[in-house]
Amino acid sequence: MKGLRAPVHAAALLVATVLALGSSLSSAGVLPEDRADLLYHRYDGGGVTIDGPSLLVRKKFLEQFSVAANYYVDMVSSASIDVITTASPYEEERTQYSLSVDALRGKTSYSAGYSNSEESDYEANTAYLSLSQDLFGDLTTISMGFSRGWDTVRQRDVDGSGVDPNFEERTDRRTYTLGLTQVLTKNMILGGSYEVITDEGFLNNPYRTVRYLDEVGVVARQDERYPRTRTSNSFSVRTRYHLPYRAAVSGQYRFFTDTWGILAHTGELGYTHPWGSRWIFDGKLRYYTQEAADFYSDLFPRQDALNFLARDKELSTFVSSSVGLGASYEVPFKLPRFIKKGTLNLRWEHIWFDYEDFRDTRVNAPAGSEPLYQFEADVVQLFASIWF
Amino acid sequence: MTAMIRRKLSIVAILLGASLLGGCANFEPWVKPYERERLADPIMAFERDPVSAAYLYHVYESREGARGALGSAGGGCGCN
Repeated sequence: MKGLRAPVHAAALLVATVLALGSSLSSAGVLPEDRADLLYHRYDGGGVTIDGPSLLVRKKFLEQFSVAANYYVDMVSSASIDVITTASPYEEERTQYSLSVDALRGKTSYSAGYSNSEESDYEANTAYLSLSQDLFGDLTTISMGFSRGWDTVRQRDVDGSGVDPNFEERTDRRTYTLGLTQVLTKNMILGGSYEVITDEGFLNNPYRTVRYLDEVGVVARQDERYPRTRTSNSFSVRTRYHLPYRAAVSGQYRFFTDTWGILAHTGELGYTHPWGSRWIFDGKLRYYTQEAADFYSDLFPRQDALNFLARDKELSTFVSSSVGLGASYEVPFKLPRFIKKGTLNLRWEHIWFDYEDFRDTRVNAPAGSEPLYQFEADVVQLFASIWF
Repeated sequence: MTAMIRRKLSIVAILLGASLLGGCANFEPWVKPYERERLADPIMAFERDPVSAAYLYHVYESREGARGALGSAGGGCGCN
């Protein structure tokens, strides 16, 4: 039987947008560097292992343009708590292709891109446009962007052999983004971003159920039922400061709220320290906390207790905190003539997830008195980069 | 009388607007181009390695209810 799945599908389309925007818009008047990165990523925690490659190549052409292409794979092997309590472990593969073009005209840069992600029961597409402009002696960069996403949700057969021909749903998504990057001093830069995302369509997971107490007090299950619309607002500020010696500290805060009642805060602190001419070390701390969606409950008091019903732990009240370390090494050996520089990079992050209203139903205890669920995850990235 | 005050206010507004626009034309950046050596250092980039940053955002957004506004200026997520 096809099991329950983490909501990884559409979220991954982020990759394309960040690749195109994140790299290029900190200064509108310059195109991003020509470089290629080959990354191996691995996430391991809570009974879920996801690994795979990501290849990103970016190249300028005709002096005013830059094109980037990304190939990304998630190979999922899941025996998460959701899966083992209500379904069977499963394996899945998701493949994503992204293409973007940047164009530079004076102090304005334009970006356009498209991304497609496919797995056996989910297809996601995103197209976007954005522009950014340098102002005030290039101390300020403002940017705005719009993206449109359209997904197709399918459902695997009960025996996992194919897709149910009677189930096909659609989700549409629009994203509006405003951004600002400001040079404050010769040592300090500040960034701000505001993003509105609206979704419409089938937004829940077709495999997940909620649990409730029936008339005689026995635990029973029914399908999740989400609203068909969601609008979220997020606002973030971040800063980076160059210390008197060659090192940098960074900080970031994000506020998030949406029409489902989720309210979240994210904070991050970082430190970057070069060592010699070839090494750069990074360290970071991250803290995330959220309040549950209005229609989330670990155990509903009866069947159809609310119009909408969810028991997805990503919609519950929880805290996640993480610590990360990274090292980059510029290789000393001679590279082919067309390569200017090459680096080898290793990054590791450890995350603790502590849920406040999601209970561990693997434990045999009266419903509603099981211990709260928690787990830890390791995220490893190993990648090689070349500049040409 | 009222018309006179209105005309004077208009002149003041025009002069003020013109001086502000003139200020834009002659804007003197408080950080000069030759003072941006530290800002240009790769360690000052918000996302030094886009392939890595994009992956990490994906890890977070897949497991958290919040989404968006994590990229650089304008960078974010067209998704979730």
